[in-house]
Amino acid sequence: MSDQIHREESFTFDRHVLDYIQKAAEHGLYDIRGLGAKRRLPTFDDLVFLTASASRYPLEGYREKCVSKTVLGTRFAKKPVELETPVTIAGMSFGALSANVKEALGRAATEIGTSTTTGDGGMTPEERQSSKTLVYQCLPSRYGFNPDDLRKANAIELVIGQGAKPGGGGMLLGQKVSERVAGMRTLPVGIDQRSACRHPDWTGPDDLTIKINELREITDWQVPIYVKMGATRVREDVKLAVKAGADVVVIDGMQGGTAATQQCFIEHAGIPTLAALPLAVQALEEMDVFGTVQLIISGGIRSGADVAKALALGADAVAIGQAVLMALGCNSSTYSQAGERIDATDDYKKLGTAPGYCHHCHTGRCPVGITTQAPDLETRMTPEWGAKRLKNYLQVLTMELTTLARACGKSNVHHLEREDLVALTIEAAAMAKVPLAGTNWIPGQT
Amino acid sequence: MDRVIPLDLARLTVRELNDFLHHRLPTGDAVRVEILNPNGMHNLAVGLDAPADIDILGHAGYFIAGMNKRANVTVHGNVGWSVAENFMSGTVRVKGCASECAGASGHGGLLVIEEDASSRCGISMKGSDIVVGGSVGHMSAFMAQAGTLVVCGDAGGSLGDSLYEAMIYVGGKIHSLGADAQEEPMTATDVARVTDLLTRAGITRDPKSFKRVASKRSLYHWHADAGQEY
Repeated sequence: MSDQIHREESFTFDRHVLDYIQKAAEHGLYDIRGLGAKRRLPTFDDLVFLTASASRYPLEGYREKCVSKTVLGTRFAKKPVELETPVTIAGMSFGALSANVKEALGRAATEIGTSTTTGDGGMTPEERQSSKTLVYQCLPSRYGFNPDDLRKANAIELVIGQGAKPGGGGMLLGQKVSERVAGMRTLPVGIDQRSACRHPDWTGPDDLTIKINELREITDWQVPIYVKMGATRVREDVKLAVKAGADVVVIDGMQGGTAATQQCFIEHAGIPTLAALPLAVQALEEMDVFGTVQLIISGGIRSGADVAKALALGADAVAIGQAVLMALGCNSSTYSQAGERIDATDDYKKLGTAPGYCHHCHTGRCPVGITTQAPDLETRMTPEWGAKRLKNYLQVLTMELTTLARACGKSNVHHLEREDLVALTIEAAAMAKVPLAGTNWIPGQT
Repeated sequence: MDRVIPLDLARLTVRELNDFLHHRLPTGDAVRVEILNPNGMHNLAVGLDAPADIDILGHAGYFIAGMNKRANVTVHGNVGWSVAENFMSGTVRVKGCASECAGASGHGGLLVIEEDASSRCGISMKGSDIVVGGSVGHMSAFMAQAGTLVVCGDAGGSLGDSLYEAMIYVGGKIHSLGADAQEEPMTATDVARVTDLLTRAGITRDPKSFKRVASKRSLYHWHADAGQEY
């Protein structure tokens, strides 16, 4: 008899699938986690720029100006949002994040001249005070939503869905429903909170039109109204939002993050950001409102190159969430305290994970003090330290963006265009609707 | 004596009406505004933040008195969806019937619907009180977090589904209860609460005849063996 062990792993039932089935059988509950899709997807990395050469001339990288100013909400609002960069900070709730983090986001955004956004749970005084330009979300839960804060906002974002869980509501597990969080949301302390997936006061697009008008009436038509949606039937959804009167449409691709939702949602619902963006642009073009209704794209934006490619494909701005948290130290092995780096590896281990792999935002036991309400953890990320880090990161994104724009011969980042891009893969060419590199072939079009 | 200001929607736009109510309401003396010819228009008297009495003389559309603070708004007719949505304080009274989502996510104040309200009345309410003189449609008080819904007539299916700490009192029949809602015995405190709300609503009913519906609180925490669906 041979003592050789034969190992033939099943493609259908590999070790990850086995682990999933056995955990489901053991616990009877599905997996809940934070952050976004981890599966391999076509991304902006699959596109490259055709920068200047003989047929185009570049701008001098360090001397010639390249404008990054971005104006959002020019359609109906008396006071559109004016930003120094097209990189904005996506909606993330106080509750999911600590008050320190919300303050850090506001400070960094203000320093760099961009906007930050509230989240499910309402507006905290800290974030209003620290944010020069604050977008106030109107979500299905309406936790903490009130007309006083509405009137303090620089823009309103009516959230229909988000990329990590289009069609689903939010979650905040009991560990994070502290006294302050519960008070703001009018919920009992410590319960596993489930947000609604539909708005309580309107359902279809006709109602949405009236709802948007209500928000405009209450705010005297002063501030822009964004409509944010998870990327699913993008072309149709964008058209309905535009018809309903949105000033700005925000599309969040499936790589978009969350503080907590079902794993099956994160990995199996919605379409990639790369595929969503051209569909949104197409919808705006077909309605002849491209440039009149601004478009923000989000979901897995990481670098200035991603931003530049998004703008070239037709976005007016991007919104970043997970990358913001990573700039603050998410998944770092250390955190900063009194100028020293403290090792957090053991705290990751307690969560059953390690730096670089963590997605345990839902537990409230964030080893680096970002996605937590625990007093012993939230001090690991101070507003001053976080704001400095985030400001640096936002600055790098904007510098990379203008660098690429100049190399394409553009004196304004908003002059980047689809013609500046080609794709490295057939999938990316088909999704982004740009030619496969070295060819004139756009699958499905030419 | 109240000073009456007539605002005629046959001549004014909704924008002009709300602009007046937001910025040009006289202060000091008691003010009563009469809104004429509403003709089912939407978004009337939204976002008010003043202690004024507003009478809408006729039927009105969606979101009437939305996000109201301090004002007392009376609609002399029926209203469309989401009357007094997200209201914070004051009183909103509908002399007729209300369509869907009446008082949705209201944080405070009193909403009175003298006749019937359609589906999802009091959905997501967060501390307001609602009194319905007639019946309410299905999924009323869905995910209601705090406050009180008093229904003098019948309640449609799935009443109080996924209820948190809001309390529901029903004078008539309950078609069915939603997930995590249960009928509980009326206590003296409940009778006093219903008595107070009926009095404030100007509706005469025996408060002892009401049934109390509250949360079982079994959905407050994930529990594999509870057969929960999230």
